[in-house]
Amino acid sequence: MTQAPETRRPRQRPADDGTQTGAGPAVGRPVDRVDGAAKTSGAVRYAAEHPHPRLAHGTLVHATIARGRITAVDTGAAEAADGVIAVLTHLNAPRMTPPRPVSMLDLSTLVPGTSVNYLGTDEVAWNGQPVAVVIAETLEAAQAAARLVEFRYRETPAVTDFAAAQDSAEPLPKSFIAPGDARKGDAEGALATAPVTVDRRYTTPAQNHNAIEPHATTAVWDGDRLTVHDSSQSLDWTRRHLARCFGVPPSGIRVLAEHVGGGFGGKGSVWAGTLLTVLAARATGRAVRMALTRESVYRTVGGRTPTVQRVALGAGRDGTLTTLVHTGVSRTGRAGGTTEPFSSQSRHLYATPNLLVGHKAATLDVVPNTFMRAPGEAVGSFAVESAMDELAVELGMDPVELRMRNEPDRDPLGGKPFSRRDLRGAYALGAERFGWARRDAEPRSMRDGRFLVGWGVATAFHMPARFPADVSVRLRSDGSVLLRCAFHEVGVGASTAQSQIVADALGVPVSAVTVEHGDTDFRTGPMAGGSGQTASVAAAVLAACEDVKRSVLRLARRDAASPLHRHRFRDVRAGRGRLFPAGAPDGGETYAAILTRAGVPEVEGRTGADSRAGRALGQARFMTGMLRDRRRWVRAATGAHFCEVRVDSDTGETRVTRWLGVFDVGRVINAKTARSQLRGGIIMGIGAALSEETLVDPRTGRVMNPGLGEYQIPVHADIPPIGIEYLDEPDPTTPLGLLGLGEVGITGVAAAVANAVHHATGVRVRDLPLTPDRLL
Amino acid sequence: MRPFTYVRPPDVDASLRAIAERPGARFLGGGTNLVDLMRQDVERPAALIDIFGLPLDTVEELPGGGLRIGALVRNSRLAVHPLVRERWPVLSQALLAGASGQVRNMATVGGNLLQRTRCLYFTDHTAGCNKREPGTGCDAIGGFHRNAAVLGAGEHCVATHPSDMAVALVALDAVADVRSVRGSRRIPLAELHRLPGETPQRDTVLAADELITAVELPPSAVAAASAYRKVRDRASFAFALVSVAAAIEVTDGVVSGVRIALGGVAPKPWRAREAERVLTGAPAGEESFRAAAAAELAPAVGLPQNTFKIELARRAVVAALRGLTEGSTA
Repeated sequence: MTQAPETRRPRQRPADDGTQTGAGPAVGRPVDRVDGAAKTSGAVRYAAEHPHPRLAHGTLVHATIARGRITAVDTGAAEAADGVIAVLTHLNAPRMTPPRPVSMLDLSTLVPGTSVNYLGTDEVAWNGQPVAVVIAETLEAAQAAARLVEFRYRETPAVTDFAAAQDSAEPLPKSFIAPGDARKGDAEGALATAPVTVDRRYTTPAQNHNAIEPHATTAVWDGDRLTVHDSSQSLDWTRRHLARCFGVPPSGIRVLAEHVGGGFGGKGSVWAGTLLTVLAARATGRAVRMALTRESVYRTVGGRTPTVQRVALGAGRDGTLTTLVHTGVSRTGRAGGTTEPFSSQSRHLYATPNLLVGHKAATLDVVPNTFMRAPGEAVGSFAVESAMDELAVELGMDPVELRMRNEPDRDPLGGKPFSRRDLRGAYALGAERFGWARRDAEPRSMRDGRFLVGWGVATAFHMPARFPADVSVRLRSDGSVLLRCAFHEVGVGASTAQSQIVADALGVPVSAVTVEHGDTDFRTGPMAGGSGQTASVAAAVLAACEDVKRSVLRLARRDAASPLHRHRFRDVRAGRGRLFPAGAPDGGETYAAILTRAGVPEVEGRTGADSRAGRALGQARFMTGMLRDRRRWVRAATGAHFCEVRVDSDTGETRVTRWLGVFDVGRVINAKTARSQLRGGIIMGIGAALSEETLVDPRTGRVMNPGLGEYQIPVHADIPPIGIEYLDEPDPTTPLGLLGLGEVGITGVAAAVANAVHHATGVRVRDLPLTPDRLL
Repeated sequence: MRPFTYVRPPDVDASLRAIAERPGARFLGGGTNLVDLMRQDVERPAALIDIFGLPLDTVEELPGGGLRIGALVRNSRLAVHPLVRERWPVLSQALLAGASGQVRNMATVGGNLLQRTRCLYFTDHTAGCNKREPGTGCDAIGGFHRNAAVLGAGEHCVATHPSDMAVALVALDAVADVRSVRGSRRIPLAELHRLPGETPQRDTVLAADELITAVELPPSAVAAASAYRKVRDRASFAFALVSVAAAIEVTDGVVSGVRIALGGVAPKPWRAREAERVLTGAPAGEESFRAAAAAELAPAVGLPQNTFKIELARRAVVAALRGLTEGSTA
């Protein structure tokens, strides 16, 4: 079996590749993480690790009914327990202002995870909603006392069975975050007349993020000023939401998240833990830390909705698609919940004259679901890419060939051009490296002892988002550079990538660049979501670096002694720590020399306005640009997954034994962290394919496996070497040509596994996870 | 976790006295199950008698070729013991199939045996669970029970005993040495765990003040060809859907000795005596293996989500026996 060449390559050291001198481009290199040593030595602090004198600890008490009202509360025993400072319930907690409806003019209104006004109501909206906070001198005292708080409820009828609620599902309204339903031609009619069809039902279960760092918050009030360390993927929106909830100006609130231990979308919204820590600190006058238990994360932070999907395909005998239908039902919570637009990729993947996509949601009394890595595509691609494999089997056609035959030149739905798209290139490279030509198409034909071996493919597709972002870049007279932006380091290497971008933009070594992030005192960063952070920040970084170079050149032009005295900005280049005339890299002079001679300690470039009106204008301008972009192009990261599985012929146990993903993600900024992030997506996809499922008891709406013992994410032994290749050609419509790649990796993975399992066994599994019992 | 008193007596006798004097006290070994359950407020001991440091952590060869394993021998050490690997490979494999490296480093032999028979509803205080709170019903039966028992369960409880090690020990006819202030007794491991019946809150026949001090493995010729086969949803750190501990001896194409126990299918490690009876004296081959597996599982009863275990267990038994006899079968 061929191994992906990337895994055979010796470890690359970036020592003399030019990144340390500023001579060669840093972008694209496998630069080591700038915070790697600090992280591995434990020097960095996460949200629950910030010390404070007189720190108190909070813990949550959860409702035990799905819907109803609290009729009685007994906090006496808890309040009397050793070390307890306060027990807050709806009877005694200070009131917060309830969340506002979502407004397109203020994206921060997207950030509340739910519509519940915590501890401001006797209403219970799901089984697990926080109904009390116990604050104590120690975590242990808080947790022990939390067991002593007693609630009585009056239950009202609740909808908690997703399977039974299918008929009550309503169409999702179109919004600027949900694409809504769409049709072209007569998809159902074409299905009736197509020579070859598949028409199938696929299901995916509820899932949870399971970031290694459970949600945590440390909150300190000083009068009306608030400092919050929070495990957040959206600092600025969190700050604005806290300002609204607590009736204080955003300028008085500082939210910090220097490092976040993984998010995957689960920390993109503001959930109960954050709000109630701030509330507890307000009520007690103490600094309060609340590090949620894994169980509390499951009970209070939404996961991914389950889905029931129908995909129907019609094709001619030559494999040319004539129609594609992708419809289905997801879940939302009565107290809120995001959409999971599972038909998203099906609008753009295949050329077809007839197309119908539709999405309904059933409203349940469960914890509102939220964004989870590639919301929509992660589960939608399972359905459509499984169906394509089923069609290939029906046609007796190779599944790669079927996809290539239907590869569109323009967007199938609206006819817009793709900003770039080279799935053909990705499949060609992948097929060659994987050895796809050696695949015997016959199911159960590739055996190795008691194992049935199968190979499968599927397409990855994800459209990265963009958010407003502003930065400041400071160049000092010693040649060092400081980039500041309230972006998020959720573990993906964001600060390393931005160091590389700054280094190239200013022509300095990566080692000269310091990046400070994760603090709302810096200029506003984007949300770390939608695969949009790197591009969003990069756009601002490039603008600020231009600003810096102009300022430096202005100093040189004022100085008759400078060799750059008479040069115009457009004729000047940057490199090796200097500005020089185009074509004369040894001419010009260093930043240090220019600044020192001018007696200027530093110059700063920055983007964005400081005033409220300026910010509103910036946001309006950003939204206009984003909508204009959407009308002009379909912009997506794509990829081709190739996988091999071995299925135990006795027991049906499926293990993935080989993987190659070939991606078209525009230009890659950091070869090492990009591969790592794509690989992480594939691992998460393998988990979804084989073992992950949140068990919500349909009788009670209660999550029954709220922990890593019972919710089975993959362990190391489940993951084979994963080869990652990328085409590395820039997208012409993005800063530096990069396409966000945080989510594309997970899309298509479950389908590739299921397709390989069909090839191995002849059994088609349409319901995830693909556990042994489905193959008996 | 609720407050509790903690004592660390200097020796076994003092530990036995300590627990006898304290109602609601429990012995603490590696704590890998007890402490978890205390954090979840399922176990609420008034006192913990910490025996982790007592000198019950040696493995001794017995005259005649058996093995005496101290109750506090760590799972990870026992798994790599040279005599265990040579004479009772099924035990080594079962230990390594259990939990994770970190848990095995802490878990003791006695503690592994006495981990609670459990399911998702056992640790959820909002759920009815006759094991956690007698008389509250069993919410698993109408709820999630994919990993529930298909043998030996009843209307009061369908939870499975999750130990892998215990399945191997039951197949190997191991015997527990048990002591209390009232004296000592020996309990065959096949009789240590009990079926739920009307009292699912009791997992074993031990009294509250009894301490397992050692497990004895008798010499066994048949154990030389033995293996443990565990079927699970992921490759590591998952309870068995079904597991099989099997040892077999074939003479002239005929089964001359066989030991089989099943895990993941019953509230206790399940010795498959019916399968052994069918196999003994039968030709060693696929047909006999299938007949034996079918006989053992004939009384099995499934619920909607776990009926697959009956077929899975049959297949796993056949696969395990096939794996042990390949090359020597008729």
